[in-house]
Amino acid sequence: MTLLYGRGFASVNYPTGMNLGGDPSQALIHATTMGGFVISLSSVDLGQGLKTVVAQCAAETLGMPMEQIIVDTADTDTGPHCMGTFASRGTHRVGNAVIMAAREAREVMLQVAADELEVDAGDLETDGSGYVRLKGSPAKQIHISDIALAAHFKQGKSISGRGMFLKERSYPVPETGEMDPDSCQAHACTVADVEVDDETGVVTVLRLHNTYEIGRALNPAMATQQVEGGAWMGVSHAIFESTEPYYPASRAHGPVDFSEYLMPGSGEIPEQTSVILERPSSNGPFGAKGIGEMTANAPIPAIANAIFDACGVRLTTMPFTPESVLRGLDALRDGA
Amino acid sequence: MPVRIVNLKVNGVDQAFMAKPETTLLLALREQLGLTGAKRGCAQGACGSCTVLLDGAPVVSCLVPAATVDGSAVATVEGLADGQELSDVQQAFIDGFATQCGFCTPGMIMSAEALLARNPDPTADEVNEAISGNVCRCTGYAPIVSAILDAARRRRDRAGQEATR
Repeated sequence: MTLLYGRGFASVNYPTGMNLGGDPSQALIHATTMGGFVISLSSVDLGQGLKTVVAQCAAETLGMPMEQIIVDTADTDTGPHCMGTFASRGTHRVGNAVIMAAREAREVMLQVAADELEVDAGDLETDGSGYVRLKGSPAKQIHISDIALAAHFKQGKSISGRGMFLKERSYPVPETGEMDPDSCQAHACTVADVEVDDETGVVTVLRLHNTYEIGRALNPAMATQQVEGGAWMGVSHAIFESTEPYYPASRAHGPVDFSEYLMPGSGEIPEQTSVILERPSSNGPFGAKGIGEMTANAPIPAIANAIFDACGVRLTTMPFTPESVLRGLDALRDGA
Repeated sequence: MPVRIVNLKVNGVDQAFMAKPETTLLLALREQLGLTGAKRGCAQGACGSCTVLLDGAPVVSCLVPAATVDGSAVATVEGLADGQELSDVQQAFIDGFATQCGFCTPGMIMSAEALLARNPDPTADEVNEAISGNVCRCTGYAPIVSAILDAARRRRDRAGQEATR
């Protein structure tokens, strides 16, 4: 028995958004009487952190602290339209829509503040802590809670804004096939180090080194976690998850639910290093690109290449089971 | 077995409620006592998101018929914080960014609390074993393991400070 070691890498280019019949997302934002800003969306945060990121986008645009932002994604029947959470589009599409809505609301906010302070709105700025103040004369300031009260009860205004982001449908040029199906592309590379046991065929992923170029990382901690959590899914696809050997011929012996479906637990996680490279996209919210789905992709071919490097077996079907490794080793011996 | 009254001490408070024979501890906590921290994931004991402490031991509350644990003490994630002050494990999860969607987090935290109660200085392998019944689909586990080790350190440091005081 020998433990064989190998290293492989793989790269991925991944589109943000997709070419539907046009790909819109819309957002509405309005201030409450207390000076909180409610963002209404239909977009779904299914755990990926969309609510956090769009709250950041709104806070940055309004010049208000994150604590002032309330994200309401309750209901697709009543909320502004969104195509959905897919194609790694959420941060890009919804972020852009929220920024647009927040810009409009900010203009109203500054105008209401200007009327209260008896100055020109063009001379006002936000300080990021909740105040609108006169440029160069910061003592002349008014808090957003007072602005909101004045808007509602004195000036009869709504501090609100509409955001409409639309990626228009792209038709291919008939002669060349040239088209613009997505908004931008993120790029990544994963290097995998594996150990292959040539007696049992067991593959262990020892280390993953991830490098991701994702435009501006709006929330670096969440971006890193998406990279490493996604890589875990990649490892899971690569060497664990399967309904084999009996599916679909028979459901009697294979896994029929998630309690029997093999996925790596906390003890089977490779050590990971992750690097985020930021080359802002021209059309993303503050330069962001989508990184939702791509994070599970590169680890799989990287692991396949590392197995090849370790023992010479070229596997093309997932998962890379002990049986497939051993059959590959047998084939190499037979051929030798 | 008929409907019966079940008495539990939940997070230190005496509670009594009616339970049908098929009422699980998880259902009773969530629907009757309003404690929705423990989550219903798989409802078959495989995912650990419903983990609570039953007389100090971690259990998957989706598999525990409430009527069978009459008179027991139950600890849920809601009982960990002391007012506004989070427990060491909760604070370490936040500081170490050990949560993403958050669905597994209450169960993870209760498994960690059970581990640290019996082993104040666990190794990473021991942490892995303690949370081996808890599934996380977001984080890749590494930040969770780090956070639990960090919480153990905080708790030992605190115990050390109190001992020298």
